[in-house]
Amino acid sequence: MYISKINISLRKTILDPQGKAVEHSLKSLGYDAIEDTRIGKFIELKINARSKDEAAKISDEACKKLLANPVMEDYTFTIYEEGE
Amino acid sequence: MPEAKVGVIVFPGSNCDHDVYNVFKNVLKTDTEFLWHKNSSIGDRNILILPGGFSYGDYLRCGAISKFSPLMKEVIRFANEGGIVIGICNGFQVLCETGLLPGALLRNGNLKFICKTVTLKVENNKSIFTGEYGIKEEISLPVAHGEGNYYCDDETLTRLIGNNQILLRYVDNPNGSLDNIAGIQNENRNVFGLMPHPERASESLLSNISGRKIFESVIESVKQNF
Repeated sequence: MYISKINISLRKTILDPQGKAVEHSLKSLGYDAIEDTRIGKFIELKINARSKDEAAKISDEACKKLLANPVMEDYTFTIYEEGE
Repeated sequence: MPEAKVGVIVFPGSNCDHDVYNVFKNVLKTDTEFLWHKNSSIGDRNILILPGGFSYGDYLRCGAISKFSPLMKEVIRFANEGGIVIGICNGFQVLCETGLLPGALLRNGNLKFICKTVTLKVENNKSIFTGEYGIKEEISLPVAHGEGNYYCDDETLTRLIGNNQILLRYVDNPNGSLDNIAGIQNENRNVFGLMPHPERASESLLSNISGRKIFESVIESVKQNF
C-alpha cells in the first residue's frame, strides 16, 4: 500500500490574493524574512498499487484528470510506502 | 420553422435552474424541460442550459466534479456537433472545466463573494447569443459569485480577441477578470459562458429585462435553423 501526498497551488504566474493577505499578516507580526506566501491544497491518496512507480502513475493521472486544473494550477506529489 | 426545445440541466447543488426554467417556459412560452444530471440522454432538446448554483458544493474546484456527471458526456457530444449550450455562472465554470470553453474562473481578486448589479458592454452582437442587442449596447445584469475572475494564458486571450469570442465585458470590473471578460463563446460559436445572471433580469416584475434578449436570441437562432 502506498500513500501519495499531493500539493496543488496556483500557477506561479497567477496572483494569489489569499497568499498576499496572509503574507501581509505575517509581516505585521514581524516576520520580515518571509518573502512570499502561496496558499494551495493538500490531498492525500491511499493507493493499492504493486509498485511505487505504479502508484506515481496513478497519482499523476488523477491530478491531470481531476485533482488539478492545468489552466490555473501546478501540482507536485511524493509517494511513500505505508508506514514509511 | 424549427421550434426551440430547451433542456435545463440540474446538478446536485444547482440553484438557478428554476429561474432559467421559468424564463423560458413562462416568460418566453418555450418548450422547456429539466434534465437530471444522471440522465443518459438529452432527448429531443436543441438548446441546453447549465444553470448557476454550487454543483457538488463547489468541492475541489467550482465545476470540477460536475464535468464527470453522466449527462455531461452527452452535453460534450451535443456541443461538439454544433448544438447550442449556455452556461451561466456555475454553468460557465463547468464549461471551462470540461474544456468546451477555454480558460478558468479563479477566486475573485478581492476574495469576496460579489452580489450586485453590474454594467456590461455587449462587445459582439453578431453571435447567436447576443444578436438581439445593439453593438456596444450597455446593459445591467446581476452577478453573484465568489469565483468569477476569468483567467487564461496570453495566447488564448489573443485568440479570444482575434476571433471576436468575447461577447460581454464588465464596464467596471468587479472581480479582477482578465481584460474585463464577463462572457465568452467558443471558436465554433455555439457554446456561451457568462458569469452574470440574465435569468434574474428577464421579467418586468423584477424591474430589469435586459437579460431576456440572450434567451430571445438563441430561440430566434433555432427558428432560423442555426
